[in-house]
Amino acid sequence: MSESAASSPLAVPPRESPHSASPALHHQFEVIEQQRDAGNFGMWVFLATEMLFFGGVFTDYIIYRSLYYSGFAAGSHGLEIDLGAAMMFVLLASSFTMAMAVHAAREGKHRPLIGFLTATIILGVAFLGMKFTEYFHKWQEHMVPGLNFHPALESLRGAPERTVELFMCFYFFMTGLHALHMIIGIGLLTVMTILAWRGKISRENYNRVEVSGLYWHFVDIIWIYLFPLLYLIGGRYK
Amino acid sequence: MSTAVAEVPVESRVHYLNANYGIKSWLFTTDHKRIALLYLGSITLMFFIGGTAAVMMRLHLIEPAGALVQPETYNKLFTMHGVVMVFFFLVPSIPATLGNFLVPMMIGARDLAFPRLNLLSWYVYITGAAFTLYALISGGVDTGWTFYTPLSSHYLNTHVIATALGVFITGFSSILTGLNFIVTIHKMRAPGMTWKRMPLFLWSMYATSVIFVLGTPVIAIALFLLGLERLVHVGIFDPAIGGDPVLFQHLFWFYSHPAVYIMILPGMGVVSELVTCFSRKKPFGYIFIAYSSLAIALISFFVWGHHMFVSGQSVYAGFIFSALSFAVAIPSAIKVFNWTATLYKGSISYQAPMLYALGFIGLFTMGGLTGLFLASLATDVHLHDTYFVIAHFHYIMVGGAVMAYLGGIHFWWPKITGRLYHDGWARFAALVIFVGFNLTFFPQYMLGYLGMPRRYAVYPAEFQVLNVMSSAGASILGVGYLIPFVYLLWSIRYGPVAGANPWGAKGLEWETPSPPPTDNFEEPPIVTEEPYGYAEPEHAHV
Amino acid sequence: MSFTFIAAMFMAQWPQFRPADASTSADRVDHLYFFLTGITLFFTFLIFATIFYFMIKYRRRSEEERPPATEQSKSLEMTWIVIPSLICIGIFFWGASLFFAEARPPQGAMEVFVVGKQWMWHLQHPEGPREINHLHIPVDVPVRLTMTSEDVIHDFFVPEFRVKMDVVPGRYTSEWFQATKPGSYHLFCAQYCGTLHSGMTGTIEVMTPTDYAEWLRDNATTESMAQTGQQLFTRLGCDTCHLSDGSGSGPALQGRFGKQVTLRDGQNRVMDEAYIRQSILDPSSLPLPNYRPVMPTFRGQVSEEQILQLIAYIKSLGSGERTQAP
Repeated sequence: MSESAASSPLAVPPRESPHSASPALHHQFEVIEQQRDAGNFGMWVFLATEMLFFGGVFTDYIIYRSLYYSGFAAGSHGLEIDLGAAMMFVLLASSFTMAMAVHAAREGKHRPLIGFLTATIILGVAFLGMKFTEYFHKWQEHMVPGLNFHPALESLRGAPERTVELFMCFYFFMTGLHALHMIIGIGLLTVMTILAWRGKISRENYNRVEVSGLYWHFVDIIWIYLFPLLYLIGGRYK
Repeated sequence: MSTAVAEVPVESRVHYLNANYGIKSWLFTTDHKRIALLYLGSITLMFFIGGTAAVMMRLHLIEPAGALVQPETYNKLFTMHGVVMVFFFLVPSIPATLGNFLVPMMIGARDLAFPRLNLLSWYVYITGAAFTLYALISGGVDTGWTFYTPLSSHYLNTHVIATALGVFITGFSSILTGLNFIVTIHKMRAPGMTWKRMPLFLWSMYATSVIFVLGTPVIAIALFLLGLERLVHVGIFDPAIGGDPVLFQHLFWFYSHPAVYIMILPGMGVVSELVTCFSRKKPFGYIFIAYSSLAIALISFFVWGHHMFVSGQSVYAGFIFSALSFAVAIPSAIKVFNWTATLYKGSISYQAPMLYALGFIGLFTMGGLTGLFLASLATDVHLHDTYFVIAHFHYIMVGGAVMAYLGGIHFWWPKITGRLYHDGWARFAALVIFVGFNLTFFPQYMLGYLGMPRRYAVYPAEFQVLNVMSSAGASILGVGYLIPFVYLLWSIRYGPVAGANPWGAKGLEWETPSPPPTDNFEEPPIVTEEPYGYAEPEHAHV
Repeated sequence: MSFTFIAAMFMAQWPQFRPADASTSADRVDHLYFFLTGITLFFTFLIFATIFYFMIKYRRRSEEERPPATEQSKSLEMTWIVIPSLICIGIFFWGASLFFAEARPPQGAMEVFVVGKQWMWHLQHPEGPREINHLHIPVDVPVRLTMTSEDVIHDFFVPEFRVKMDVVPGRYTSEWFQATKPGSYHLFCAQYCGTLHSGMTGTIEVMTPTDYAEWLRDNATTESMAQTGQQLFTRLGCDTCHLSDGSGSGPALQGRFGKQVTLRDGQNRVMDEAYIRQSILDPSSLPLPNYRPVMPTFRGQVSEEQILQLIAYIKSLGSGERTQAP
């Protein structure tokens, strides 16, 4: 069924020893392109699982939103749309800096790489800062289910209290899950920055940055769905 | 080359087992073969835990009023049996042990695409198992492995969250394994190995991995929401405050139905390898068997509602799910016919792996056909939530998946350990298991048709005879499972040395020594021929 | 395998291995069941026999044997794809049509109302008598159960009638049957519901019409369900808004049961049991045009059984078409 490569050394040129090709090549791969390919593909498969993961919550949200529209609209009204929009722009900007970082890595440009990675991290942290500010405001308004949910009557806008509470539950769950992914992403980028600082990222070995970029863009896209679903359904702009 | 290796005693050659010693070399290994063995140990432990619960249940059910425990304890026993067996034994069984060991070897690679993720997946599995064992030790959980709400979200005081968390965490282990296999199969095939030159085991592992990756996140969400509901009581599943308890069922079964195909597809892959080797024939209808695996994986995502025909869902939804459930039976039938046709004009030998494979084909056929009773709306109304369902899925999971697992373990044991086990004892154990299995579960079809519901700690006296028959069978089955434990472990030390290919099988994994070196192949292989070349005369391996 | 085959033969013929067929649907379900049993046994036997035959005929006679490759056969593949598919399609239609027919109770079915709770069944006849865990019904009369749960999901299963339906909190589910033989039949809860799930059992007592009439007399209550409902209607103050001339803050309910209702957002609903239950527990979710949404919720103030009694009363005020939604 097969022949080993060594059985006719003249007919098939011997493969170069994997470890002489590039120090970054892992032992299970033959050439660096295969490693890069596998890494990218692996991240895409992982993102597919994340789509199903978030998809499950989004589906439940949509089901309950159609059942309890008034409560969900009231809850949505209570969210800070300016802050949400600012978070949107911050994330889009961070995706831009991330793409520039991947480009710099591919070109082997050391300083721009570190610069853009740092910028992405800063923007990510800014996003989280705004998110937690909004959480804190919700805490002050007594809108945190399970902890201190005693909303003011006007904020219910005529909807039954428990439907507004259900909305807030989904709000915290969905944005919290997203924030968790952001934190993981920031951690990942910090590790990339450190590796870049130590000179471990090169033109041959930039794939880690590219894979991190894929992840970061995905987290951005989730926010692009979350923002309208959560913040824009209140019929503010009728 | 392989004949030369067979003469060298195992101990003086360096291979993956003796390349390093010490517990750190095992706990921090990235060698897929060692990780497979780590999984083998853990899932065997979980199998015996789940099996102990089953033994206690069958002992209890000898008497209509219950012979052993209080109803509350019985409820905990069947819950733990289900949770442990489904999530901690069946789902990982073949993929994490045989899959991890064989996927790189069958493909001609040195390891999987992401060896460190592979090790991580084992640690994640262990962490999840720890949470569930904690729940077990500190008093158990009695939701049933299906965790239906609002019972599990609002009406029970047992360790629901710990158990749900354990299952949630272990789900990530499945996702990582599936991800690894998909990337490996796509990107790391040896030169010359096209998709259609892959062994059928790899097609099955690929289809299984697709389900791992797409289905598991949804049960993660279901269990997460369940935990949230228990903590915050906000009304996701509690109808008293506007939630929908049936929504949980949809979320749960969206994963758990494809999950049953996770549990059977790898077994089908193993059977394809066993039937071909022990009849020295290439598979009849290779491409049909391969595509059937993919078809099963695809259709499996669209049939979950057949668990909910009497849940109050609409009649029209019932029609769609019923029709699709019949559709998913067809690819499995295709496989059974093709395996049978493979035997035609073959050269058949009856070592233990083949006995397990043949047992699989027969029992899976019966189990699969009883699935038609449940796919058909009118009969499902009568049979849902009775012992008929229990008999159906045990025929597939135990008569099918576990027998395939044991067959695979026996088949690749010489490759994994470098030793041969005593085939006489192995055949005897296979026979005991086959007889014990049928005696245990066939009466349950009748019990179900007669109307005995499942999850009953006490039952009307008229069902006693069949229950006692089933429990008698279970004792035989239990003994049957213990026997391999003995002779397999014995063989590691005292069994005769196996050569590279004791069965005369085709496949890249048989062209490397037993046990294999850490990097699997002394030289990376190049594939120039079709798989299963049993008809070629010159490859006469010992 | 021979053991399983023989055992299966017993099952089909030996009376001990068949539940009684005590309802109009039992026979029909059994026909499909036995057809499926036949298919299962046939194909299982076919596969087993073929394998046995091959195992013996093609057993390995020497280690050097290298059997020639057999030709692939597309036509054989097609055969064993098409034939099972046709069989499956046939079974699907048979099962689905039987299911569809059994999903709709006949007109004029006798009503019984069921509330399941951990771990007992509360049943009430419209004439008033209440039963716990046992249901007395006359033979040859279609009976429709309207069911809900007070706590977790249960399931009302009568094996000898071949009927089963989940009993779900927060909504009504329904099943119907027509008993054909007097006798006492098992009632099981068939959805795991906690500690005493296996104790949540009872019987369906099927009686001849004379016996049933006598039973009704012996167990007569002072009030029918509708009358109890009427008292509740007054006690809870429903009659202060739902005036019978329609001049109150709520619509009149006379002659409205079963009629279409158009909500404020244009959605069309039918005033059936589920609609009335929703109006009582969550009135703000059903705003009507022409009425201010001032009805308070009665959640926590009425039990599921009381809601059924209120529904019985509203039905007694005259109905439009009888609704038969499953």
